[in-house]
Parts: sequence; structure tokens; C-alpha cells
Amino acid sequence: MSYLRIEGISKWFGNQKVLHNISFTFRPGQVNMIIGPSGCGKTVLLKCIVGLIPPEEGRVFYGEVDFLRLNAEDRRSILQNLGMLFQSSALFDSMTVEENVAFPLRVFTKQTQKEIRDRVAYCLERVGLEGTQKKYPAQLSGGMKRRVGLARAIALNPQYLFCDEPNSGLDPLTARRIDELIRELTEEFHTTTVVVTHDLKSVIDMGQRILFLYEGRAEWQGEKNEMLCNYQSLPPNLLAFLQASGLLSKSFI
Amino acid sequence: MFLNLILRGFEHFGRYILLIRRSFTGFLRFKLYWELWTYESIQIGRDSLFLVAIISLFVGAVTTVQTAYQIVSPFIPKSTIGAIVSTSAILELAPTITSLVLAGRVGSSIASQIGSMRVSEQIDALEVMGINSATYLILPRLFGALVFFPVLVIYACFIIHIGGIIAGAITGAVNPTQFAIGARSFFEDFQITFMLIKAVTFGFIISTVSAYQGYYVRGGALEVGAASTRAVVVSCLMILVSDYILAQLLL
Repeated sequence: MSYLRIEGISKWFGNQKVLHNISFTFRPGQVNMIIGPSGCGKTVLLKCIVGLIPPEEGRVFYGEVDFLRLNAEDRRSILQNLGMLFQSSALFDSMTVEENVAFPLRVFTKQTQKEIRDRVAYCLERVGLEGTQKKYPAQLSGGMKRRVGLARAIALNPQYLFCDEPNSGLDPLTARRIDELIRELTEEFHTTTVVVTHDLKSVIDMGQRILFLYEGRAEWQGEKNEMLCNYQSLPPNLLAFLQASGLLSKSFI
Repeated sequence: MFLNLILRGFEHFGRYILLIRRSFTGFLRFKLYWELWTYESIQIGRDSLFLVAIISLFVGAVTTVQTAYQIVSPFIPKSTIGAIVSTSAILELAPTITSLVLAGRVGSSIASQIGSMRVSEQIDALEVMGINSATYLILPRLFGALVFFPVLVIYACFIIHIGGIIAGAITGAVNPTQFAIGARSFFEDFQITFMLIKAVTFGFIISTVSAYQGYYVRGGALEVGAASTRAVVVSCLMILVSDYILAQLLL
């Protein structure tokens, strides 16, 4: 099973401690969400988990493997089981949509051109972007770019899917479509999905397990239903966060 | 203040060396780098041909006219103009002027390309896929420069001679035959070796310094522009310093 567990992650930027001893277990086949207000350290934590930023303390376990202690070669084999959707989509400007989605396949598999083309077509169809193969990222809308990013992230059938603010800056309809896609892909491929967001509509739509960060500290963790149903027992910062979104009062109070 | 400046210089130099070292590790399949090298070589080589030709033509012409202007004595043979222009072209003008021009064209392009990839998280995307971004982005550009800078410098040297011959003929300062006699009379094989050593050194400096400036950009479009400018300025300074060191060591 593709469990993902973090233990005691702490991170400093200069003299400022931005993450304080964070531990959490992300469950496979579920959408695990890291939520919290802007600047609370969500993206830094995500980047620590995928190895883009090395934390000063703590461990990250992919299954039973202690990821941060691995050498570059062994890390690569873990990273090939991992797909990531970036906030900015991070598509390669000089490549077409097809080349972007095919990129991990070309680098890491020995598939033939036809097999790669078929896989790209499948991934694009899965995110609802059939027929866009020859377009360049500059010719796509923000929502389309995210979906291409998602198609690229699932190209290698990853066990772990990471999404950094997947629907920020998108219109509500497109944002919900992206949420839906992430949830569907998680169920279909049984990935351990980690989504960083401050959009509570996304939490309602697709969240299952929640980690709430506030000023770099893990203030609350548990199931979504637990958070929404037993809101009286929530810490004040999470309660304020939920109330500020307007969702809590409307739906659950 | 001054000490701080020196310390920051050392810090940059250390990071630069580590980045170069990192760009020689974590190779993936050869075909991937071959494709990138081909693309970068076209960018560096073919796309610079016209600019280098125009600049070299005028450099050759101006050097001939000014040399002729300085040689006023009737006792000095006209072929001396050819000798001076040719030796200057091989030893200094072709490698140095061409590299300074390419620092502007190629260096700024490398820094802004890599810098844009950094600020738009494309480099992070490479790293998350398990690809060593330094190797993927820097190595093809470095080898593109190492192969095509000498080619461009030889090409520039040829055009400088053409420019000199044309200007000499038009102004009547020196005819093509006298120019050729002069050029051949002082020629030594080592001058070509020296020119190529310079070209390779300058190619290395421009590609790696510019890649370094782009790779460590933080921020947005403004910082990418600043990195691109820094890449050109630092490359030009390093070219001039290494030009002096090479002349001192090898001549």
C-alpha cells in the first residue's frame, strides 16, 4: 500500500521557523488535504514532502522508505512513482501539450512512439482535453493548463499525486471540474493524493483526511466529516478559518 | 562593506562551482541530451551567424583603415597593414569581439530561458520527476557553446580578413595581394591554437555564468530581466580577465 507518512518535519528560513514539528499520515486511495490560511506553510510542507526543499528536521516515509535519507539515484525511483500538479501548472513552454504529457514517458519508459501517443491521448481524454495535442501552453486557458498538468502528472500511473493549490485563480465552474477530476483520478488509480488548498469548497467537494496548519503548526488533523460535524470541538483558529469561508454557518450550523 | 562584498563573491563562486559539478551528474538516456544539444547548437551557432558576420566585416574594415592611417612612413611596406590586421584578428579580435557579442546574444538568452523556467516552477517540475535539472538544462548548452564557439570564431576571423581586404581595396590603402603577403608573412600555427583555446574558454564562461545567473533566480519577471543583464555583465568581465590571463600564460 502506498502510505505516505511525515514525522516531525521542521523547517527554518534563516532565523524564522516556518514549520514546527509536523507529523501526519496520508492515506492511500483518499484525497488528503493540507489546509490553512495563506502564508501558514502549506506549500513549504508540500515541497519538503516531495524533496524540493530539504527540511532541517524530520522524516518522510513513502511506504517504508525514508525518502530524505536516500541518495539521488534511489530517490529517482521513488520520484517516478509520484506526480505533481503545480500552482502555475509548470508546463514546459517550448513543448506542445502532447510533448509535455509524453515527457515523463519518453524519459523514464522504453515505450514505442505509438504506445506513448496512445497513452498521451488516454491521459488527455481522461482530463477532457482531446484534440489539444498540437497546442502550446501559451494557447491554453488557465483551467486547460491545470488539466494538462494533471494529465502529465498521471502519465506514469503514479502511486502518489500532489496538487499545490490546484484551483486557485480559476472560475468556480472550472475549479469544481478540477476538484472532480482529482477525486476521480484518486479513486481510479488508488493514489495517495495530497492537495494543498485554502479553498474550503474544495475541502467539501473532495477532501477526506484533513491537516490544518496555522503559522507553521499542525493545529488539527482528522477526517473531513469529523471537522464539519463536531465543529464545537475544533481549535479556535480552524473554527475562524471555517467561519470566514461562509460554508460552516450555511451548511452545518 | 568591502569584506562583505568579498565574502559574497566567494559564496557565488562556490555555488557556481557546485552547480557546474552537479550538471555532470545524474545522466538519463543519451538520446534526450543529444536532442537538446542539437537544439541548443542551432540556437547558439546558426542563429548567430548573421550577427557575427556583420560585426566581423566592419571590425576588419575599420582595423585596416585605422592601421593604414597610423602607418605614414613610406619606408614601411603596405603589406605590414595585412600583417597587423591578420595577427590582431587571429589573436584578439575574432575570439574576444565575437565572444563579447555572443555574451549579449547567447548569454542573455540562456539566463532568461533558465530564469523563466525557475520562476514558473518548470525546474521544480523537472526535479519532482526525478530529473537532475542542472544536467538537463546546463550540459546541452555548455556543450553547444564548447563546440560552436570555436566554429563561430573561425568564421569571424575569416570575415574580418574579408572586411580588411575590401576596405583596403576601396580606400586604396593596401591591395588584396599586399594584404595577403603581409598576413602570411607573420603567421604561425600556434596563433590558431591560441585563438581556439580562447574560443573554448569564452564559450565555457558565457554558457556556465549565464546558466548560473538564470538557475538561481528568485522572484518574477523583473528578477529574470535583472539576471539576464547580470549574466551579460559578469560574462563580459570574466572574458576580459581570462583574455589577459591566457595572453600572459600562453604568449
